Amino acid sequence: MADDIAALRRILRSSRTIAIVGLSAEWHRPSFFAAKYMQEHGYRVIPVNPRYDEVLGERCHASLATIEVPIDIVDVFRRTEDVMPIAEQAIAIQAKCLWQQIGVKNEAAAALAAAAGLDVVMDRCVKIEHARLFGGLNWAGVNTGVISARRPI
Amino acid sequence: MADHRFEPETLAIHAGQIPDAATGARALPIYQTTSFVFDSADHAASLFNLQTFGNVYSRLSNPTVAVLEERVAALERGRAALASASGMAAEAMALLTLLQQGDHVVAAGALYGGSVSMLAVNLAKLGIETTFVDGASVDAFAAAIRPTTRAVFAESLGNPSLQVLDIAAVAEVAHAHGLPLVVDNTVPSPFLCNPIRFGADIVVHSATKYLGGHGTTLAGVMVESGKFPWDNGKFPGMTEPSKGYHGVKFFETFGDFGFTMRARMETLRVYGAALAPTSAWQILQGVETLPLRMERHCRNALAVARFLQADRRVGWVNYPGLPEHPDHALVARQMRSVDGVPGASGLLAFGVRGGLAAGVRFIEAAQMMSHLANIGDTRTLVIHPASTTHRQLDEAQQLAAGVAPDMVRISVGLEHVDDILWDIDQALAASAA
Repeated sequence: MADDIAALRRILRSSRTIAIVGLSAEWHRPSFFAAKYMQEHGYRVIPVNPRYDEVLGERCHASLATIEVPIDIVDVFRRTEDVMPIAEQAIAIQAKCLWQQIGVKNEAAAALAAAAGLDVVMDRCVKIEHARLFGGLNWAGVNTGVISARRPI
Repeated sequence: MADHRFEPETLAIHAGQIPDAATGARALPIYQTTSFVFDSADHAASLFNLQTFGNVYSRLSNPTVAVLEERVAALERGRAALASASGMAAEAMALLTLLQQGDHVVAAGALYGGSVSMLAVNLAKLGIETTFVDGASVDAFAAAIRPTTRAVFAESLGNPSLQVLDIAAVAEVAHAHGLPLVVDNTVPSPFLCNPIRFGADIVVHSATKYLGGHGTTLAGVMVESGKFPWDNGKFPGMTEPSKGYHGVKFFETFGDFGFTMRARMETLRVYGAALAPTSAWQILQGVETLPLRMERHCRNALAVARFLQADRRVGWVNYPGLPEHPDHALVARQMRSVDGVPGASGLLAFGVRGGLAAGVRFIEAAQMMSHLANIGDTRTLVIHPASTTHRQLDEAQQLAAGVAPDMVRISVGLEHVDDILWDIDQALAASAA
């Protein structure tokens, strides 16, 4: 389980494409907040949700299986009990990280992904972690836990 | 590998401030600006929608003020914090975010007078009623809770009562009723006590006192634990679309710092009690030495308490750091130890033999000790509440507020303890003359 600052930094820094499973097209939903934020910070967001054709200017996929580009992070905005098949697909498409959002905690899916060599993150928000480790969240008065004598990069 | 857990001495210096991204400045820059440019119309929209984090206007957030917020959040082992223009403002931001018309508060009775006024007068004007209870009785808190109660409020260490709150027991009562416990932790400071560790959900500070420590600058901070279940059905303002901020659901969107975001966007933004960047900077100069200062405050106050205890010109001494104090066991459980004994901060009260007139003579004879109505300064401060802060009350009302006619309150400073004891000794001689 990647849960410390060094591992989370490594994952976010080495990743460029994020498939967001369960991404909503409604602007006030947390998944849309996260997707828009990650796009604005240089990541390519690939929406995965059978309900839409397109979200945030990207073609929306019904499942991970139809995505043609290599995926670094599979970010899961689904209920805990629905994560296992997503973990299996993430392994099949050779994603590098299975990331379960805040409140999503499927231990078995995380263990399966970890056994297949993926980084696994659980019960954390990709947007909040990015802003915590690369700047922004501190402006909201949040305790980031970052103690450092180096400039933020 | 788990992240290293930094100690408060380190957090007091580093938390919230890494070298400036633009210039590499090691010390904290003062961002003295009202406003911040948008990169584009889309960036502006994202900021206003809270889809990205950033600064818009210093009434909402400011990079210098944010360092104070994060530092106090870290020292309190909380999730997030919101700074404001004074301790009273911090309390107002917390309570006005929590409460609405028809809600009810259960509060400890012997609170700081400003807090009593806010609850009994100002919030009452808005249709929010408060029941004041004996802060020493956990059962009294429980008995006063009603179906409309939405908060329990108390001080970790009372001023000027010096009553110590059993935080864990009162938190348990509050949580059993689905309510947050709000604790004013001004007197211990986050170095001596972390109420969140014992179950408090929101902590407020007058940073004007020990956090700043130098008696130069007003500021307040509200800290959120990040652990309260705001979706328990009692706090629709946290879970329903916000009327005050275009439909954002604060708990769903921001999770464990949703209350702080809501306080910032709905309450601070509208009431305007923002902290000036220069004030945040001044307070932070003090915070860097908070651990060193609190140790000295505790050491000096204990020496003063022992001196007074042994003096025949003194009728009684109230200092929770004394083993004889009725709340000493709570101090030992809840507060950091200093020199191997429980650190009870720098406030104490005592009675001058000879009643009100002797109390007045003591104050007027002080040479180095300053006669003023503040606490938590580097300087030793003295006040005679019966003839100053509580003089509008009759003697019965004063006693109900915990103010005896002979009572002198001392906020013991950082001067050499021998000099403080010398001034007390000569003022006592004058009071007995």
